[in-house]
Amino acid sequence: MFDWLQHFADWLIYTLFKVGAETHLGTALNFFVYDTLKILILLFFVVFIMGIVNAYFPIERLKDYLNKKKLYGLEYFFSSVFGAITPFCSCSSVPLFIGFVQGGIPLAVTFSFLITSPLVNEVAVAMFLGMFGVKATLIYAISGIVLGTIGGWLLGKFNLEPLLSDWVKKILENKMQHGEYEGAKQTFYQRLPEISRGAWDIVKGVLLYVVIGIAIGAAMHGYVPENFFNTYLGGGQWWTVPLAVLVAVPMYANAAGIVPIIQVFVAKGVPLGTAIAFMMATVGLSIPEATLLKKVMSLKLIAIFFGIVTVCIIISGYLFNLIL
Amino acid sequence: MSKVIKILGTGCPKCQSMTGVVQKVISENNIDATIEKVEDIMEIMKYNVMTTPALVIDDVITIKGRVPSKDEVLALLN
Repeated sequence: MFDWLQHFADWLIYTLFKVGAETHLGTALNFFVYDTLKILILLFFVVFIMGIVNAYFPIERLKDYLNKKKLYGLEYFFSSVFGAITPFCSCSSVPLFIGFVQGGIPLAVTFSFLITSPLVNEVAVAMFLGMFGVKATLIYAISGIVLGTIGGWLLGKFNLEPLLSDWVKKILENKMQHGEYEGAKQTFYQRLPEISRGAWDIVKGVLLYVVIGIAIGAAMHGYVPENFFNTYLGGGQWWTVPLAVLVAVPMYANAAGIVPIIQVFVAKGVPLGTAIAFMMATVGLSIPEATLLKKVMSLKLIAIFFGIVTVCIIISGYLFNLIL
Repeated sequence: MSKVIKILGTGCPKCQSMTGVVQKVISENNIDATIEKVEDIMEIMKYNVMTTPALVIDDVITIKGRVPSKDEVLALLN
């Protein structure tokens, strides 16, 4: 599918710039050009498709669906899936959270959404697709959704309402009528230019991170010795997964920058499961997100939330390493 | 009559680009309007929006969760 891109990279580096294919620099530059272009193309398409999905299923409609349908326990799953298909913006997580609980959706179901939303987002999916292929991407997306489902359900076992901020409790007391969502007034074709513009905006927004991430990855490919991580991290020691996750939680890297680096880790011997767990902890949980959530919940609730998600990520890391 | 434009958003990049678009439209077309940025989450929630940034013109929510084009804003203001 991307053969033509490889030809282009070969031509650009080896023929036009006359950097030899046998030199370290030549292969590194070729790799860099090919990967960057491939990722940007995939990114645009994934974001574009997500834009179309979102035009048809705006968040208000998803909320109404969760609210009105009897789902017999499947509401956690649906909430998690909705979290995956809505575009994630960290600054929207608090309004979303309030909007959900205000609309009468149980707190635990809301958490399912909140877990999956940053975990499975369009940028992470596109990066995974570009760097690890379809199979790993599917595993990542499906496990992210399962994780949100189980995480939300587990959180539901705690008595969480008293741990919300006072003003949120007040909102909960007088749950508002859920305003019907009025369908979009524009037709699909009218929206297309806007969707593609939105996709470009996102690609432009992460461009720098992609370039830096791939550059670091390309450099590491050349300088980190083969099997380096195998010796230290890949030998199947039980503590590698928890360590990778615990290191990743406070880190705040966006998916665009972190995936190319993870790819090198995997190429140099880190098991894919450990790498996926690391990735999930990096994008799914972060200090900035905790700071935002602090406005709506107590520290104790944030700690429970992060704690449970962390444990779930660690367990799934072990599972991947067993299965893959 | 002067229009009151409010931009709801907690200060993310998208909210800033929305503010930029609106400001441009107003100055390019000499529209009589005031722009107010609402960044406090409690204030934002009073408008019952779930996705930011949101554009509120004379207390009516016109756009939420995305950055509009200049033409769109101009149409909304006329």
